[in-house]
Amino acid sequence: MQNRLKNRLGLWGWLGGGRYGVERYAYALHRLAGLGILAYFIMHIFVTGARANGPEQWERTMEFFQTPFFKAGEFLVFLAFAYHAINGIRLILVELAFMIGKPGLPAYPYSYSTLRQRPLLIATMVIAAVLMIIGGADLYLAIK
Amino acid sequence: MRESRLWSWHIISAVIILAFLGIHMIIMHMGAIWGALGTGSGHPVRSDEVFRRSQQLFFMITYILLLGAALFHGLYGLRSMLCELSLSRILEKAIGGLCAAAGCALFVYGSYVAVAVYRMGEMRP
Amino acid sequence: MNQPQTKESGIIKTVTYEVLRYEPAKDRAPRFEKYHVPVTKGMTVLDGLLWIKEHTDHTLSWRSSCRMGVCGSCGMFINGLPRLACNNQIVHLHSDRITIKPLPNYDIIRDLVPDLETLFEKHRAVKPYLIRKDKEEQSHPAGEYFQTEQELVSYIQFAYCIKCGLCLSACPTAGTSQNYMGPQSLTQGWRYALDSRDEGAAQREAEIFSEHGVYRCHFAGACSQVCPKGVDPALAIQLAKKDAFLRSFGRRKQRPTASVAPPVQNWVPKADIPKAPEPTVPQKNR
Repeated sequence: MQNRLKNRLGLWGWLGGGRYGVERYAYALHRLAGLGILAYFIMHIFVTGARANGPEQWERTMEFFQTPFFKAGEFLVFLAFAYHAINGIRLILVELAFMIGKPGLPAYPYSYSTLRQRPLLIATMVIAAVLMIIGGADLYLAIK
Repeated sequence: MRESRLWSWHIISAVIILAFLGIHMIIMHMGAIWGALGTGSGHPVRSDEVFRRSQQLFFMITYILLLGAALFHGLYGLRSMLCELSLSRILEKAIGGLCAAAGCALFVYGSYVAVAVYRMGEMRP
Repeated sequence: MNQPQTKESGIIKTVTYEVLRYEPAKDRAPRFEKYHVPVTKGMTVLDGLLWIKEHTDHTLSWRSSCRMGVCGSCGMFINGLPRLACNNQIVHLHSDRITIKPLPNYDIIRDLVPDLETLFEKHRAVKPYLIRKDKEEQSHPAGEYFQTEQELVSYIQFAYCIKCGLCLSACPTAGTSQNYMGPQSLTQGWRYALDSRDEGAAQREAEIFSEHGVYRCHFAGACSQVCPKGVDPALAIQLAKKDAFLRSFGRRKQRPTASVAPPVQNWVPKADIPKAPEPTVPQKNR
């Protein structure tokens, strides 16, 4: 057999690879956000473990994280959480076959599950954006 | 089937996280807004606030529940991503085992902290 | 080619085909080649390829057969999406540059010819045929099955799959995982689970709900977007997940199985109908 050429898209396929609908990119962003949240969460378990050593140790730990760099990082994690949580609600609904329609007799132009849940996608993006604005306002705008 | 059960728990843990992390975020990430509106101190991360919450039974129990749910959800997601990379069967099983072990270890540590801080409050006169 | 764009020639415009070529005997790596193709009314991308083969470059290779979107042979990556070459008119692509590459996520045999063997292997793995508990009845059917219109509509959409392989090209999971079953086989496996005539759901479970089955789908929805027959594989996969979720809490009722129609009793043929010829296949007594 002559050499077949490998043609798998690989990880770039997660990021795009064609003129696909927005759901495919929502999926990639959901994964990226999830990874970011997981990394932060594991660190968070150890950082908040400092409170087992008493209030003074806790205050020292919190002072260490008050710099603008860490504050920006915290904001990024909040953005990731807002997106992952609200998109996650959409995924729970869709993957349990809500709001994607029922099997029927296909007639051109075809209606399919991806199109049918698109209003839900738009609604979740709007809600996620609102949450991000609230989080940003809390971190950067609210006068302490 | 094993995978069906794991995935069902992935969904259930997501709902648990939505509830408890939602509360956590409303306290921690809207704390300044609550303070500006007049309800609450506006500093949810100050040690007196943190220890006041940690020494309430409700928060101790929900922290442990949230910890367990979040560890399962996150590590199952990570294992799911890694198992989609065309790895050998042995490597996939090893990743599953590692995630389970790491999850258990982190859960034990986190629960210990939650209980220890709660009991600090019990011991105070 | 400089053919005149006159009313008589019927040529609307000239487009440039950029085709990814790969000849294993000659090339180390794939390369693009350009061809100028005159476009007439109603001309599909496949018609353009045939024009190139006829007039410009006879070495260009691809698969095609029915040229009407039912055989599933001519799947290619055309202008950013996996499509059937015969199902897409050049003017509907709204571009003067038609970029054609072989279907992603399959090995390339040559030029635009993908190796679809992995698709067929995964399809075979879900046992895509009716399975009945009564083996005698399955090998020697005694009659037709009773099935209502509603029972038919619950699965018939998924039976329209033409095995073109576009869905596996579009799927991001299939892009990285060679073990993932893929939308095509999972949809066909679930099509049989939904079919009231089938009693083999337990035999397909190990494949469909394995760690490389439906749970590696995360609803990117690209498969349903590119399916040329409206099969909507994403819907079938999410229905399978919902069923498994409900079953793990014991909340799924077993659906009734279609029974075999009994032989018609006491029928008398009309007088003016001629007698049928003798059957050439051994018949069971009816």
